[in-house]
Amino acid sequence: MTDTGPDNGVAEAAHWSRALAALSVFCVDPSGLGGVWIRSPVGPVRDAWCHRLAAILPDGAPRRITPMIDDAALFGGLDLAATLAKGRPVRTRGLVDNKADTRTLLLAMAERTSPGLAARLAGAIDGDNTLAVVALDEGIERDERLPASLRDRLAFHIDLTDVPPKAADDVTPVPTRNEIVTARRRLKQVDTAADDLEALTRLAAALAVPGLRAPYLALRAARAHAALFGRTALEADDLQIAADLVLAPRLTALPESEMEEETSPPEPDSPPPDPEPNQDPEIDEDESDRLTEQRLPEEILLQAIAASLPPGLLDRLRAAAGRSRSANQSGAGRKRLGTMRGRRLPSRRSNRPAMRPIDVVETLKAAAPWQAVRRRLAPESEAPVLFHRDDIRLKRFQEQSARLVIFVVDASGSTALTRLAEAKGAIELLLSEAYSRRDQIALVAFRGTGAQVLLPPTGALVQAKRRLSALPGGGATPLAAGLKAAFALAETAAARGTTPSLAILTDGKANIRIDGTPDRPGASNDAKELGRLIRAYNIPSMVIDTAVRPQAPASELAREMGAHYLPLPQGRADALTDAVDATLRRPA
Amino acid sequence: MKAPFPFSAIVGQDEMKTALILTAIDPTIGGVLVFGDRGTGKSTAVRGLAALLPPIQVVEGCPFNCADGSENCPHCAGRTPASLVEKPTPVIDLPLGATEDRVAGALDIERALTKGEKAFEPGLLAEAHRGFLYIDEVNLLEDHLVDLLLDASASGENAVERDGLSIRHDARFVLVGSGNPEEGDLRPQLLDRFGLSVEVRSPSEIEERIEVVRRRDAFDTKPKKFLSDWAPEDAKLRERIDAARRRLAKVKASDAILKDCARLCIELGADGLRGELTLLRAMRALAAFEGKRSPNRAALKRLAPSALRHRLRRDPLDEAGSTVRVNRAVEEVLSP
Repeated sequence: MTDTGPDNGVAEAAHWSRALAALSVFCVDPSGLGGVWIRSPVGPVRDAWCHRLAAILPDGAPRRITPMIDDAALFGGLDLAATLAKGRPVRTRGLVDNKADTRTLLLAMAERTSPGLAARLAGAIDGDNTLAVVALDEGIERDERLPASLRDRLAFHIDLTDVPPKAADDVTPVPTRNEIVTARRRLKQVDTAADDLEALTRLAAALAVPGLRAPYLALRAARAHAALFGRTALEADDLQIAADLVLAPRLTALPESEMEEETSPPEPDSPPPDPEPNQDPEIDEDESDRLTEQRLPEEILLQAIAASLPPGLLDRLRAAAGRSRSANQSGAGRKRLGTMRGRRLPSRRSNRPAMRPIDVVETLKAAAPWQAVRRRLAPESEAPVLFHRDDIRLKRFQEQSARLVIFVVDASGSTALTRLAEAKGAIELLLSEAYSRRDQIALVAFRGTGAQVLLPPTGALVQAKRRLSALPGGGATPLAAGLKAAFALAETAAARGTTPSLAILTDGKANIRIDGTPDRPGASNDAKELGRLIRAYNIPSMVIDTAVRPQAPASELAREMGAHYLPLPQGRADALTDAVDATLRRPA
Repeated sequence: MKAPFPFSAIVGQDEMKTALILTAIDPTIGGVLVFGDRGTGKSTAVRGLAALLPPIQVVEGCPFNCADGSENCPHCAGRTPASLVEKPTPVIDLPLGATEDRVAGALDIERALTKGEKAFEPGLLAEAHRGFLYIDEVNLLEDHLVDLLLDASASGENAVERDGLSIRHDARFVLVGSGNPEEGDLRPQLLDRFGLSVEVRSPSEIEERIEVVRRRDAFDTKPKKFLSDWAPEDAKLRERIDAARRRLAKVKASDAILKDCARLCIELGADGLRGELTLLRAMRALAAFEGKRSPNRAALKRLAPSALRHRLRRDPLDEAGSTVRVNRAVEEVLSP
């Protein structure tokens, strides 16, 4: 509002005022709305938002938790120290078990939430009427975010990433705590006309918002908004705000059928469509027959939404549809599976406790049954717990580092003409191998002027196959770009504790440099450069030569990378899997 | 904990509801896997199911839900038999983040600390004995928990050999899982443990969608009225399930329908005999539910996809086209 800068400044200020609107509405009915998912880096903007939340939330400041919180703290458990001291079981009250009144948990670093924690919090939100979660998501990568199971239950999704700190300075009035309290009392009296409920549901369907939780949350948001403004019946304004705050951010998927169409011919360089004119036909196609009958409310709402969509949203949607819509949803889940953590083995007693960390709880457990007896034998002892050497238990873990196999596929003309189909077949075979070993997979393809991550690391094989079969062939060979993309993936994966390996299917005849300019010798050098980089990082890799006859370029590349070289066997797929297996099992 | 959403008030989703009702009638069908989109009432249905299940008789105070105080029960063995009490069929949630200790049971640290006794604290498997074990997001369950479940459900008992404890107790439960297939696959071994598998999606009819939201809203804003409005429906359904349970033993499958089943499974190359058995049991339960003396071909057609779609020997890369394959095979087998 105070920002008088160019257009985008206005848009960003609008982001901020929406975030504030969500804040006010949320405070009226925290548990009914489930919570807020805030995507934003740490910074003054997010802090400003959180301060305002703490200032007006009538239930007192929210409790801050992190994904590392243990179950006992959340759901209650046995207080070991107090139990020992008092000689009777003392339980701690968990943050969730405390049923006294409405509580709001502030989940910091929400992108690190494990699927397990997300599921339990989601269950807690479903199960009782007094819990709400404000998730502060600092994720940067698209697939690095709060797990979908929890995200889906939080009514408001806001993104503060692009809001300049200046916008947060402005003093847009938010309701006072007293106004919120008054609104809460009024909330029960707010009536919903059947029409409004219908309108929101239809709108959600028209916008292809998945699931039915969204329209319902939108309805609750509309009611809370009405209560906030002193009304007991919903007005157009309430519905608009609700649709804008709850439905619009969920518009992350084009209808399923359209997604398929989008997937088959990926057109990375098609001119960016203007979001607004495009929005309407899209919806009309889908809903024209239904909308004609009940034109009024939905159409107004649709227009409201179209107007408030962030510019470029549709472009992003198209890109996402072509690339990684559902894989993204999966990423958060699969990746954080237990294999990363190493499975805890039963602790063991040992005579050399100094060598490894002691498992305190298990040691206590081991000592506990004998306390009564030992106390009798050593009545003079002051120690609260009497330990013997035999009690000591050591921690043992079975580290089972998850593996990620990154497939890099050359879809250029030279391969496409000859053996792209065979390469695809080989990959499918390798994929099913990966499936049986529970490895993760990722898919990078390069052709024309650049490379594309067709599938970010995932365990969902069906996705991989779909992306692969839709992969068209043709164009030049930007080998270096492909290697670069794969290397980036491998690096991220390694940082997360997975062991990456590369399987590169190419004929090695690079003719596009890393900057996209055609130059055969330069391109070849670029590729070798990246090959050396990959070798320097010790990423196990193999080059599968897809040329009709095994040729020099691919084997040279393999040599630079320190990779295993393998000509794609003619019609002998099993030989290929054996070879890949041998390479990937090679110690890094 | 507020009362769950009434099962009978769930709009549509007939395949899922039927599958859950059938396992309620005959638990030996072996559980239900519900796969589908978010926000389609998967967990709502399972939680609502609890209200429809007939109560079970258990030994008073036995944490293992023991029916008769047999020698196999770690609690009841060696005690004078306690009286039997009635309690609702357990429907136990297995949360994704649960530890092995919590699932299988472990040393009761509370009693160990306070009384110096080495006692066993039963886990979720004991709680779920003779009832249902529900796992939301089952495809994200960690592998070592999956192993535990596989072992328990294959042997019908839970064995704990840890912390100096050596305990085994009966753990027979109906496994109900739900999840979103886009987020990862399920291990074939675990897949096979589910008797029926159903696919749910958001209703495509706008009217149906509106009805879903309307009922949800009524449930949340006026819960008492909503629950009392739907109580008669739930009661009716519970009675039908009860009646079907009593009738089940009398339902006989004709030779002709047995043959159809066998031919269908051969046609599909379904692994093992479990599919055939499940299909047959589900058909008999459906017949009992509908008050018929024997299952007919319509039942076969209706239940074959649920009973068989997850058992096809499949290329893991195959699209979820198995429903189509089952239906095609049914057409073939049933055509004279």
